Amino acid sequence: MKLTLWTYEGPTHVGAMRVATGMQGLHYVLHAPQGDTYADLLFTMIERRNARPPVTYTTFQARDLGGDTANLFKDACREAYARFQPEAMIVGASCTAELIQDDPGGLAEAIGLPIPVIALDLPSYQRKENFGADETFFQICRALAKPVARTAAISCNLLGATGLGFRHRDDVAEITTLLGQMGVAVNVCAPMGARPSDIARMGAAHFNVLLYPETGEAAARWCEKTHGQPYTRTIPIGVQATRDFLAEVAGLTGLSPRIDETRLRQPWWSASVDSTYLTGKRVFLFGDATHVMAAARIARDEIGFDVVGMGCYNREQARPMRTAAKSYGLEALITDDYLEVEDAIAALAPELILGTQMERHIAKRLGIPCAVISAPVHVQDFPARYSPQMGFEGANVIFDTWIHPLVMGLEEHLLTMFREDFEFHDAAGASHHGGHAQALAPQEVAQPAPLPEPLVAAEPAEASGGDIFASKNGQEAPSAEVIWLSEAERELRKIPFFVRGKAKRNTEKFAADKGLTRISIDTLYEAKAHYAR
Amino acid sequence: MNAPAPVKGCRDVPVLKQRGQREVFCGLTGIIWLHRKMQDAFFLVVGSRTCAHLLQSAAGVMIFAEPRFGTAILEEKDLAGLADANTELDREVARLLSRRPDIRQLFLVGSCPSEVIKLDLARAAERLSAMHAPAVRVYNYSGSGIETTFTQGEDACLAAMVPALPVTDARELLLVGALPDVVEDQALALLAAMGIGPVRCLPARRAAALTGVGPNTVFALTQPFLGDTHAALVRRGATHIAAPFPFGEEGTTLWLRAVADAFGVSDAVFEAVTAAPRARARRAVAAHAATLTGKSVFFFPDSQMEPCLARFLTRECGMTALEVGTPYLHTGLLGPDLDLLAEGPVISEGQDVDLQLDRVRSLRPDLTVCGLGLANPLEAEGLTTKWAIELVFTPVHFYEQAGDLAGLFSRPLRRKALLHREAAE
Ligand code: SF4
Ligand code: SF4
Repeated sequence: MKLTLWTYEGPTHVGAMRVATGMQGLHYVLHAPQGDTYADLLFTMIERRNARPPVTYTTFQARDLGGDTANLFKDACREAYARFQPEAMIVGASCTAELIQDDPGGLAEAIGLPIPVIALDLPSYQRKENFGADETFFQICRALAKPVARTAAISCNLLGATGLGFRHRDDVAEITTLLGQMGVAVNVCAPMGARPSDIARMGAAHFNVLLYPETGEAAARWCEKTHGQPYTRTIPIGVQATRDFLAEVAGLTGLSPRIDETRLRQPWWSASVDSTYLTGKRVFLFGDATHVMAAARIARDEIGFDVVGMGCYNREQARPMRTAAKSYGLEALITDDYLEVEDAIAALAPELILGTQMERHIAKRLGIPCAVISAPVHVQDFPARYSPQMGFEGANVIFDTWIHPLVMGLEEHLLTMFREDFEFHDAAGASHHGGHAQALAPQEVAQPAPLPEPLVAAEPAEASGGDIFASKNGQEAPSAEVIWLSEAERELRKIPFFVRGKAKRNTEKFAADKGLTRISIDTLYEAKAHYAR
Repeated sequence: MNAPAPVKGCRDVPVLKQRGQREVFCGLTGIIWLHRKMQDAFFLVVGSRTCAHLLQSAAGVMIFAEPRFGTAILEEKDLAGLADANTELDREVARLLSRRPDIRQLFLVGSCPSEVIKLDLARAAERLSAMHAPAVRVYNYSGSGIETTFTQGEDACLAAMVPALPVTDARELLLVGALPDVVEDQALALLAAMGIGPVRCLPARRAAALTGVGPNTVFALTQPFLGDTHAALVRRGATHIAAPFPFGEEGTTLWLRAVADAFGVSDAVFEAVTAAPRARARRAVAAHAATLTGKSVFFFPDSQMEPCLARFLTRECGMTALEVGTPYLHTGLLGPDLDLLAEGPVISEGQDVDLQLDRVRSLRPDLTVCGLGLANPLEAEGLTTKWAIELVFTPVHFYEQAGDLAGLFSRPLRRKALLHREAAE
């Protein structure tokens, strides 16, 4: 047993739902208790879908258990087929049905539907959502993608985009455009937007573009082996990665990788003097491995940040993640426990966090600017406007998104110069944000509402505070042994809030290393000189 | 606009019962409001990643508002040997309690997986209660989807607490049902003004305030979904005050009247206490009734509050009910509401969601009350919806909230009109 409050990933069958919901003409019959239908609202609310997910649940109840849940399942398959007339069906069990040991695959086969029925075996007690999506898509390809002749013109498939994917909708559009400019047509994009009949003609493509390894790698590998289709390894997030990606495609096709960059603005934005203050800003990265690895490269090589920590929650990608981290001189943090992430962030005191919805909450609590780079995300990260992460427009989007939460350059100087200015007091935060950043130890807690916020409300009401495992906030180890003299403490307060955490920590570490038990103003400035970069 | 009681209400009309796919929450969801109400309680679900994901999806932002709930996720090895699972549970609980010394009540909440593998949480609760007494009392109930639907989770929780309540011979009024604090205070103030007391609440905000129960206890339910709790209290000798539920001006008045009668409050006192808030409530409802009058409403099953809400909307807001779906129909508790709901709507219990969707599409009601999994898809089909969960998560009981309650239903209609203004011109 593992006590869990917040999970980065849902259960495996939610991954299968993401595949089914991304596709058309496919229906998922899920053996599951009543109550598991909650997952529908991820799609109808967070992704704002205008139709129910194509999922039929058997919704068995306790009184069904002694009796014939197997027949319940068969009836559900029959009725789903009759009502929705899908081209193909996937069937499987959720965590509870896995325990009652009906065999969805066998049962569905026994009723002899006139369409392909694909059985999913998704171990709910070992694996998670991303595995569920990857495996489901792979099984669908294995069952449906037949050998077919290549298209006359050069074409590729786009693999891995799903329902509920972070910016999948616009990434697909962006990459389709880029490939089109090179002269590569998209044969099939799957799972997103594909029908089972489209999967059947995937073999016609000359190669595959693997957009998201988390949800498409198993299928890409299988296509390589079975249909002789090579797949791209570069994820085109960031300017350099996009160029590398185009070069990789050029290598596979013999086409020219040179395409129109006139609307690419990120490099100039980043080079302009307004961005100088971004140099060496300390950034912490967390999310799924693909987005984190791409973000690290952008952060260091395209914006000039200092990457001080990186990690991912999906163990499937732990190895590439570790390798990538090493190239930044870092040890990757591989965990799905947000408390560990919070500890790592608190210890590093970065100036910017790039992460998931959860890191947004952590950032808010610690008063650190943050931008979202990876699922899981909430409704505000399924925007109405065009917002890819991939390709050249993606690079523009990323620059704006990451820079926005930071205090702006001139403002940063003013804060340093006039730090006792009443409008620039600690709690005010960046002036372009309506001011809500918190000072370091946010003990002052917004009173939680007596009853909860509605489900999937928009931007959360500010609510922070302790958490179940007695938050580690405010009880940093070093300060237990080292005492701040009041003058030094007053001086510390004059340091702008967004660097004060680092200054405090550095000074305490400096003092501890020197065997000092008290920190005076001199200690503070000696430490500053010591750590000056 | 309270209409006179109908000649024939819905108490005895035949109920449409269908079985098929149900699009409802499981009882775990109740934790989301219960943990806020009981300030020294922790709810520990013993379940799977699905259960944790459900809670997180339903609780949204609350995850970081110092939640006092969590999921002990069963792993492969727990499934293999139940003895180990118990050891693991003991260890997780000990760890939790040592980190949260403020916890006085711990609820072990069963889920589908824990029920199916027959993990005996009742015994675990006894064992853990003994281990952690007297500081912490450990209860157990099931919020599994195979046994409970949405608000039934609260019922199961409260029913689990009843047997442990101390015995008392005092004549006390017990208000049963978790209400938002502000609403609870309003109810207590009204009762106090009529000289009714002492009044206790179940659940109480803190363990120390837990009531006793005995043959002289009388209790009133504030929520219609408390069938098991009702039965458990009756088993302890307490007497139930039957009444319509306190939604809207009429519901609140009749509910208060029933309680007042049980305590011999005179008409004059009752009038004096209720006249002003009644008038306020009527005025507040009237503002929304203008939008709602003449409109039709269709309820998908969700919380068991549907019959009461249909009664309110038809009698105080001038709406017509086409179908009133409920996950369970406890006629005993809902009889007084059903008597007031004029015959006409289909009363349905349980669900085959696809067939019910066929009905709603052919009827095309002006307003459809349904869950979040259905709301946007139905909006996209041109129907106007009110998502039902908000009715559980918002203060809607008693006089001062009557206008807000009507407002929850009028807002989607007003919005639709606003967004279509141009088209209409
Ligand atoms: S329906 Fe059962 S398995 Fe699903 S979340 Fe609820 S308790 Fe857990
Ligand atoms: S409010 Fe939460 S549950 Fe909703 S989208 Fe935002 S953080 Fe999520």
